[in-house]
Amino acid sequence: MASVSGPVTVEKEKVDLWAQVRLVLSYGLLFLLALTFLYPFLLSLTTSFKTLPEIALNPVGLIPQTWTLEGYERMQAFNVSRWAFNSAFVAITVTLGNVLFASMAGYALARIKFPGSNAVFLAILGTMMIPGIVLLIPMFIILKQLAMIDTYSGLILPKVATAFGVFLMKQFFEAIPQEMEEAARIDGCNRFQMFFRVILPLARPALVALIIFSFQGSWNEFMHPLIVISVNQDLYTLPLGLALLRGGMGQNLQWNAILAGSILTTIPMALIFFFFQRYFVEGISYGGLKG
Amino acid sequence: MATGIKELDRQDAIAGWLFMAPVLIIFSIFVVIPIGFAIYFSLTDWNGISPPAEANFIGLRNYENVLINEGIRRSDFFKSLKNTTYFALGVVPAQTLISLLLAVVINQRMLRFKGFFRTAYYFPSITSSIAISLIFLFLYQRSGLINRILEILTFGAWEPISWMADPRGVLHILLGWVGVTLQSAPDLLGSVVLGLTVWDWISGPSLALLAIMIMNTWTTVGTMMIIFVAALQDIPSHIYEAAQIDGATAWPTFTLITVPLLRPTLFFIITLGMIGTYQVFDQIYVMSSGGPAKTTLTVAFMVYRSGFNDFNMGQGAAIALLLFIIIFVLTLIQRRITEGKGE
Repeated sequence: MASVSGPVTVEKEKVDLWAQVRLVLSYGLLFLLALTFLYPFLLSLTTSFKTLPEIALNPVGLIPQTWTLEGYERMQAFNVSRWAFNSAFVAITVTLGNVLFASMAGYALARIKFPGSNAVFLAILGTMMIPGIVLLIPMFIILKQLAMIDTYSGLILPKVATAFGVFLMKQFFEAIPQEMEEAARIDGCNRFQMFFRVILPLARPALVALIIFSFQGSWNEFMHPLIVISVNQDLYTLPLGLALLRGGMGQNLQWNAILAGSILTTIPMALIFFFFQRYFVEGISYGGLKG
Repeated sequence: MATGIKELDRQDAIAGWLFMAPVLIIFSIFVVIPIGFAIYFSLTDWNGISPPAEANFIGLRNYENVLINEGIRRSDFFKSLKNTTYFALGVVPAQTLISLLLAVVINQRMLRFKGFFRTAYYFPSITSSIAISLIFLFLYQRSGLINRILEILTFGAWEPISWMADPRGVLHILLGWVGVTLQSAPDLLGSVVLGLTVWDWISGPSLALLAIMIMNTWTTVGTMMIIFVAALQDIPSHIYEAAQIDGATAWPTFTLITVPLLRPTLFFIITLGMIGTYQVFDQIYVMSSGGPAKTTLTVAFMVYRSGFNDFNMGQGAAIALLLFIIIFVLTLIQRRITEGKGE
């Protein structure tokens, strides 16, 4: 008996052990990968609290020997709180406009039969194919013509409507059952009442996704502020201020300040991300599947 | 009754256009009209400062300067096209493969800490490109983290380099290892094509550009992973169950079932990647400004530089429109390939 079952058990244990080792290795690899995605942020965070001499001496150590707010004070001297205010103000305004206009247009395209709707739809589709960089110089030309260089309206207005937003909302409204509107119509609502009282409240999930993407896009936007803001430093946004600060410092970068600025730019998005993760994923899937 | 319905139609027509109005107005002013302007100004010598009405009409000279006439503009343009193409050729396959792999792993039903892994891999995608570029500028220094890690991995054999200041082409380095240098190479490589020597054309990305490519891949795989995960979840599970019953193991299941079913998503991701890489700008602006030795000069950065540093808006507009055509043609070619394979 023993001579028969013995080798079999050993064999089975071997297989189990091998599976265990593989499992541990796989998870080890996944955690290592996670570390490569997170460690640069972690190192920047702690380095932003180091003194410049310590950074010069050892730019890879994770824990500062002496903690200092020097980097953040330097950024404050560069007026970083003003940049942060501008970033927030522009991002919030752009998001509000985008949400309102995109849902209105999306609703019209999805639900209202009006002459020319197909042509309008195709035209908006067409603008999606124009790469952003191609608009760099034309955008400068038109903003100059409209005297919007160095103004908040120059930062905000061109961004309050996006083709992506219109499509996201159109797609969502197409999925809402038609009966809701018919009931509202029988109750004597006109299109506007129908839209604001009945349809918009139903669109919450799509609206949250759109809010997040608009805010993220505007908060991180660099190219647009770069061409809109020419001399007025009071209108710098965080990415613009940081990039120009880096340019101004040349080869002698004050790393604690630069990294402090990078961390300050990252934190608001990180917080939004952690609280609304689900919507990020849903929104990307929407946009992604639609193509 | 009939007039009642007509009245409703009329009301809907008005409502429809009113609902569309804000988006249409914004798009007309900030997209459609500017594109028209761009075409016009690409035919002028406008410097971006003087009143646009004073710009001189110079016909196709801006286009000739970058495409035909010998000189620094043409060699810079083709240099930037070369750099951008190496950038896309490296980044697009890398980001597609890595994000697909991550998506398949994340999508495993038995995986623990799934939320943590997904969050970690996706996190760089939501961060400002400027912040990330500055962080990597820090990591790519001679004494920085990247060199230190390479030293540890090679047991000290790695010689730290100053990544962002290194113009050496990767393919030139590889050729050097097998003993081929400009001096020992056939004379053919010294001949000039479109303003660059053949030897220059085959340089590969410089180490500085490679550094930006790696960073760009690192930043973008998260978003692409999420798109792949969404597509993977649309694959009905009974297909996998059937495969399992037939005794298929992991790898054949992946190559014979998952990949073919993901084909539309795969091509969407590749298109997204191509459009993105051909426009790379922010990272270049912050990390290298086109240097060292113009090896990170991209077409998008050249558009900006022509307009805002060289004060030649007409030239910049012309390059931007050429870039538009390049991206458009690449997308068409890719669609042709997609449709061909789909049949």
